[in-house]
Amino acid sequence: MGAAAARPPPGLGALSDETGLSPAALMRLHERFQALDRDDKGHLSPADLQALEGLALNPLCERIVGAFFPAGAQRADFPTFARVLAHFRPAEGAPCEPGGPSSPGSKLRFVFELYDLDGDGQISYRELLQVLRLMVGLEVPDEALAAVAARALREADRSGRGTLCFEDFAKAVERLDVDRRMSIWMLK
Amino acid sequence: MEDVGSLAARVAAVWLALVLALIVVPSALGVSLGISEAYMRLLVRTLEWATIRIEKGVKKAQPQMLKTPVANGIIERDETTMEKEIAGLHRVDFEFSDIFYFCRKGFEAIVEDEVTQRFSSEELVSWNLLTRTNVNFHYISLRLTIVWVIGVVVRYCFLLPLRFTLAAIGITSMIVGTTMVGQLPNSNVKSYLSELVHLTCSRILVRALSGTIHYHNKENKPQKGGICVANHTSPIDAIILTNDGCYAMVGQVHGGLMGVIQRATVKACPHVWFERSEVKDRHLVTKRLREHVADKSKLPILIFPEGTCINNTSVMMFKKGSFEIGGTIYPVAIKYDPQFGDAFWNSSKYNIVSYLLRIMTSWAIVCNVWYMPPMVRKEGEDAVQFANRVRSAIARQGGLTELPWDGGLKRAKVKDTFKEEQQKNYSKMLVRNGSIGNLSTGTESD
Repeated sequence: MGAAAARPPPGLGALSDETGLSPAALMRLHERFQALDRDDKGHLSPADLQALEGLALNPLCERIVGAFFPAGAQRADFPTFARVLAHFRPAEGAPCEPGGPSSPGSKLRFVFELYDLDGDGQISYRELLQVLRLMVGLEVPDEALAAVAARALREADRSGRGTLCFEDFAKAVERLDVDRRMSIWMLK
Repeated sequence: MEDVGSLAARVAAVWLALVLALIVVPSALGVSLGISEAYMRLLVRTLEWATIRIEKGVKKAQPQMLKTPVANGIIERDETTMEKEIAGLHRVDFEFSDIFYFCRKGFEAIVEDEVTQRFSSEELVSWNLLTRTNVNFHYISLRLTIVWVIGVVVRYCFLLPLRFTLAAIGITSMIVGTTMVGQLPNSNVKSYLSELVHLTCSRILVRALSGTIHYHNKENKPQKGGICVANHTSPIDAIILTNDGCYAMVGQVHGGLMGVIQRATVKACPHVWFERSEVKDRHLVTKRLREHVADKSKLPILIFPEGTCINNTSVMMFKKGSFEIGGTIYPVAIKYDPQFGDAFWNSSKYNIVSYLLRIMTSWAIVCNVWYMPPMVRKEGEDAVQFANRVRSAIARQGGLTELPWDGGLKRAKVKDTFKEEQQKNYSKMLVRNGSIGNLSTGTESD
């Protein structure tokens, strides 16, 4: 009775090139994928992710789960899983093409899409309010929250259209070291 | 043909005689011949040599410094709290970047979370020559590989048949012995004989696993009429504890071989076996256990309050049912040494047969058992608080971390109360930075 030694998932090399994650990191993620896939279906369903305690207590739980299941999909296979997590590879100290998934621009784009629910490339007042509501729960009354959202939008909106485009969003967070805040370091 | 047959028979007879003489009889008498100790010393020395070879090999291959891996994690957690990360940056109130914190935490939880992690085996820092733990280590040197091959041969061709024989002897004698003792009328003689049978068979079974158990603080051993409470890592836990004392087991009636054992042992000793239907009725369970505990002549009950097997790096929430029965609680901490064999049973990954096979082909099972001073429920303390108090004591003694999570969560959904906590914290920050209160001034200045 030897190892249930990990068999590499198919297409590992291509996935590694595409995502910028090393094959070893992908193997770890594959083990994790299999651990999360409770009924050994071969793919993940939203319920598998929602059962994670650390995620379930996160106010942005639904949005994060939604990142893996775009456009109402109900299954996420391993390449999808790896591609989404590739956004969190630290860009520093590793070769990274400007357009690659772990570049700061890509990370920002990823977060922008968490805000922009309908995917029209603009964060509207309503979308902002929805995210704020998720983060505060029932603690803050409607009017106060609406005022916070309105002010934040007003300050960041350069074009005066009343919605935020990606460039405005990027400018609003430019003070931050996006790479450091949106990276997960895997130990060797 | 006949020669081969008679030769095989003779070999088998010699084999059996050796096993009986060297292992079964000493364990019946509670004596040790020192064979296991010698084996363990040899094993430790071999594994140390292997570790040194691996470190040399790794240093050669990767000259740059590697971060020392944390034994229980694959990602480096940034432990900045929400307060430091978000509030530290605030000029006014809400920043679009606030979302980064939640986003990253959420994805960290997807890559690795504290609970699910406890249900996969502890990762070793260095390899112990078992294929199943070889995640990080690749081909290092020819000598190491040869030693590994010898190890495989020893484990599968020598140790496995030996252990299997012992286990068979142990289980058979348990069933036969307890059935015979069960025929006697209730008396002191019967209790004495029943304890003898149970102890002997446990000792044989522990030898069957090449178990080396160190018992600490024996003066705190559970007394009659008490409840013994321990952390749960594998089905072997019960055998580990009964190796040193007699307990009344509590559990569900199973079918098959386990059921036969249960039916036989209950005749000799008042174990508490519940039918599946009775298990659902909590009041019935509590009532029966309470009756057992109230009778001071009965053996202490053995309970594992976590309800499921955890990987022995942490202690999860104790179910309060065991602590509502009353009586004195004797906590026991069990910590296995993963270097020699992984005792953790991942019931969603392996069934019981493959688990036993893995155990029997490991090097050995080494563990430490700490008996702790008895605890009683204090005035005004409810069952949950008492359970947590006992749990902390066990975790501290065994060097395990404490997690507030329920072991049952590995199969079920999480409650919403935890999410509300996070939302409350974030809202407090919005308020604290004066934004919500200052909104009136904000709109006026427009």
